[in-house]
Amino acid sequence: MIPAAFDYKKAGSSEEAVALIVEHGDEAKFLAGGHSLIPMMKLRLAVPSVLVDIAGVEDLSYIDDRGDHIAIGALTKHRSLETSDLLIAECPLLAHVASKVGDPQVRHRGTLGGSLAHSDPASDLPAAVLALGGSLVAEGPNGQREIGVADFFTGYFESALSDDEMLTEVRVPKAPGASWSYQKFNRRAQDWAIVGVAAVEVQGAAQVALVNMGSTPLRAEAVEAALAGGASAEEAAEAAADGTDAPTDLNASPEYRDHLARVLTKRALEASGIS
Amino acid sequence: MELSVTVNGTGHVSEVEARTLLVYYLRDELGLTGTNVGCDTSSCGACTVHVNGESVKSCTMLAVQADGQEVTTIEGLAPSSDELHPMQESFQNNHGLQCGYCTPGMVMAACSLLDENPVPTEDEVREGLEGNLCRCTGYHNIVKAVLACSGQDVS
Repeated sequence: MIPAAFDYKKAGSSEEAVALIVEHGDEAKFLAGGHSLIPMMKLRLAVPSVLVDIAGVEDLSYIDDRGDHIAIGALTKHRSLETSDLLIAECPLLAHVASKVGDPQVRHRGTLGGSLAHSDPASDLPAAVLALGGSLVAEGPNGQREIGVADFFTGYFESALSDDEMLTEVRVPKAPGASWSYQKFNRRAQDWAIVGVAAVEVQGAAQVALVNMGSTPLRAEAVEAALAGGASAEEAAEAAADGTDAPTDLNASPEYRDHLARVLTKRALEASGIS
Repeated sequence: MELSVTVNGTGHVSEVEARTLLVYYLRDELGLTGTNVGCDTSSCGACTVHVNGESVKSCTMLAVQADGQEVTTIEGLAPSSDELHPMQESFQNNHGLQCGYCTPGMVMAACSLLDENPVPTEDEVREGLEGNLCRCTGYHNIVKAVLACSGQDVS
């Protein structure tokens, strides 16, 4: 399978990348690691006429301690997240979830920013970032703006980024310690989650997000409310599918996904000791 | 587009279409047919090569994305034409292949795995090769070959 023909432009900086996107309009797409975009282009599900390759923008690959939070450059690869001593110490959930994406070859190429901007509801990292909270920084022709992660995922493969904006940084709160868990259920190695649950305690609050339970990654608000109200892990997990809209596909019916969400949430809460 | 890439230590400057996938550049332009196309959907790992020393699936990378980088294919692994790389030797000694189609990708993925984790446990080998499928299901001996190559006793 070969993608349809396109023009290829290489950007050396984020300013240059945004200028190229503005120049070429909504037929242009950013190319980072390409591990979501290239498969879609091979299947002709995406047919951009221009690709702006941002992989060479080296100053967007970093993991920095910023005091109360960790700032991660959008082009940081999954493998770098997975092996970062800073992340393992200060935000172990994110390092662990990165290690569960695809397979080693995918993690050598895929980037955090690419995964978030792609906004696949079945992806691991968007739900992990949603569980943590924090914010995302986008750069456009009018400068930078910060978007709260709760406002970022707007629909099926859609985000709050406008066509001429590039995601440049991800800011997550520090969440050290052992109070976290990621439960990913799939039937084949390297596959997407049929359902996944990320649970983490951030500054004393239990925060839970769901993978593949709707058109976007979702916060399990009913679970969080139940926990805040004093429910046990088992009781709170019963509410895991409340307010969700689980998809149906060859892997699972919505009813089965609802069941998985409850079981995996219980396991995540018990494994993390969050209550 | 002009592409300038080092493959197995040799510099190449080629004119390619931007949509050319790395695996087809290696096979069709350079004649390096040791890298196989299996599923063509980044699932099976038969097309695994190294880019700057790390395993990648060359069916999911554009050749132009390798511009200025160093690519190693299965042909570039052995130190000379009459000598095998230790991983190749270990696959041979431990019968780590059946039909052989997945083998180049398995060997490349295995070398990358040992670079990152020189003495892995059996579980770590199995997880580390999760991006490579062997449809003969010859996994036991493949895992054995990788463990042996890392210097561990597999007898």
